[in-house]
Amino acid sequence: MNVAGDWQARFDAVGYIADPELATALFLLEHLKRPLLLEGDAGVGKTEVAKALAQALDCRLIRLQCYEGLDVNAAVYEWNYQRQLLAIKILEARELGASASEQQIFSEAYLLKRPLLEAITQTDPPVLLIDEIDRADEEFEAYLLEVLSDYQITIPELGTQHATRIPRVVLTSNGTRELSDALRRRCLYHYMDYPSFDKELRIVHKRLPDIGAELARQVVAFVQQLRQQELRKAPGVAETLDWAAALAGLGVERLDADPALLGETLMCLLKTKEDRDAVPPESVARLAAAAV
Amino acid sequence: MSAAAPGAVATTLVGFARFARGNGFRIGLAETRDGLRAAALIPPTDRTCLKRMLRSLYCSGRDDWQRFDAVFDAYWRPPNRRASPRGAGGGRRPPERDAEQALAPRGQPADAERAGGSAGTFAGAALGGASAREELGRGDFRLLADPAELQQTLQLAERLARRMRRHLARRQRVQRRGRQLHLRRTIRGSLRHGGTPLTLAFRKRRTRLPRLLLLLDVSRSMSLYSYVFLRFARGIVGAFADADAFVYHTRLIHVTAALRQRDVEQTKQKLAVLSAGWAGGTRIGACLQAFNHHYGRRVNARTVVVIVSDGLDTGPAPLLATEMAALKRRARRVVWLNPLLGRCGYRPVQAGMQAALPYVDLFAPAHDLDSLLALERELVRL
Repeated sequence: MNVAGDWQARFDAVGYIADPELATALFLLEHLKRPLLLEGDAGVGKTEVAKALAQALDCRLIRLQCYEGLDVNAAVYEWNYQRQLLAIKILEARELGASASEQQIFSEAYLLKRPLLEAITQTDPPVLLIDEIDRADEEFEAYLLEVLSDYQITIPELGTQHATRIPRVVLTSNGTRELSDALRRRCLYHYMDYPSFDKELRIVHKRLPDIGAELARQVVAFVQQLRQQELRKAPGVAETLDWAAALAGLGVERLDADPALLGETLMCLLKTKEDRDAVPPESVARLAAAAV
Repeated sequence: MSAAAPGAVATTLVGFARFARGNGFRIGLAETRDGLRAAALIPPTDRTCLKRMLRSLYCSGRDDWQRFDAVFDAYWRPPNRRASPRGAGGGRRPPERDAEQALAPRGQPADAERAGGSAGTFAGAALGGASAREELGRGDFRLLADPAELQQTLQLAERLARRMRRHLARRQRVQRRGRQLHLRRTIRGSLRHGGTPLTLAFRKRRTRLPRLLLLLDVSRSMSLYSYVFLRFARGIVGAFADADAFVYHTRLIHVTAALRQRDVEQTKQKLAVLSAGWAGGTRIGACLQAFNHHYGRRVNARTVVVIVSDGLDTGPAPLLATEMAALKRRARRVVWLNPLLGRCGYRPVQAGMQAALPYVDLFAPAHDLDSLLALERELVRL
């Protein structure tokens, strides 16, 4: 079996439809131990890749959600101050020397591992998902680059921690800011677009096995057309699934059956007032008619 | 290099890495090596798989991703195999040091008065048509006739942008004075006193630099200024890691990557490729619409959007107003630099300018280096 087919099958088994390009990238991720950078619009299923990868390899998923102002204490490690203070008081009573007590309170028992440190100290290599790296500051990006090239983290009080096994790293970016060249070069790259009609239909069937074939086809056709419109936030795959589940739950079999109900369920797809206004009932009816 | 791939295959792969590098892909030795390792994992005849592998290894952005197919095919299609890579090596780095010194004499930040006054003084010089004896800082860009002088001004514009970053960073360090307790340090320090926090450590609040986003008008009416602003933009994106630059005329083009080229010549080449349709008409409204639609997410609450344009729009004014409003909603500040504002007797009465002005936080002249320098303090005010 070829490289792409093998990984496609593995992902298929955990309910994720991967195209051959992505499967190849995952193969390389596993064999070259390089991080994988996934870029694409919000809602194309980037985060799901990491989750599916962890499932397919049957290992832990450790997630680091990035945000502006993310610092080392939230991403790497922190000392457990309260326990340390408590320990100091107890040690005082036992009249231990300063250096002995210092050694004790800066031991691993008082260390709170945050995702990065957690990931490199696992005995079974986990999947480390660094989500929305473009939201973190440049300083953090530079630090991350260092961790991703050496897989080691230095804690001044404890010394350098080397990775026991190199974790599988998946980074995602929404493109809210340009990432540094160095980080891009360090990573494998995969650009994710909204799925094609066929792929999205397969995803719907995979995730919602009970849905009627006709409804699934119409839902996907509707959403695919809706994405062509000028919207502030185009509906992602998760929105398609939500909507399909909602319609199936309401017992809808055809999109053109009940226009009023259709309009009410659109909140699954259009999540800003602007977008709701941009798609008036007439357009909904037109899109539904075209999808049927 | 690697025992992974047999000789002939290895040579071909290394050749491809060089070819791709010549075509603007960012590939280092580590990537080439991993390319060889990856190729050894699959049967040598599986071209499709090889292509997919190299694509995910060698690409580092969406643009790369989209043109990789063409580059790969061009290399592996037999007649082109031996074609030498475009622009490989040979690029001379600009003499940074010398240029740094060239900037030194005009190191003092211009005060607002001087910048403002220059507009008036310059009107006279414009009649004379000679700017050679004027201080470069006050020379209206459109009147730079001497190639050497133009060259120097271009360099200064870029250097100026880089200096801005240094100034801003320095001010930040002086400004920050928070009163939040730094628990980690405090406890570390308290060990000395047996756990009683006698000396407190404080966390300083860090104010962040603004994120700059430049939108440059390169239409015909702006052609006398656009080169200077491109160099200025090059300095900005070089100095601020998260800055972005776009140019527009009748359509919008993202030029950050082109401007980030280390070599000025490479930048020029890249821009030349992108530049079809430059110095034509302007449709500011439509371009802003495209910007809001495709790149709107890049504008956040600490983004200062700088639009450089003379406001001579050939599109409908209401569209411009709508898009300016949308931009204003997302951005921290919107700055509009208009080179015409430096001219005597100019009034922003054109329909486009009138439509845009309600949404502009700062409307400033930008016709000479002093006026660019005066921007520095405006930018730090988020």
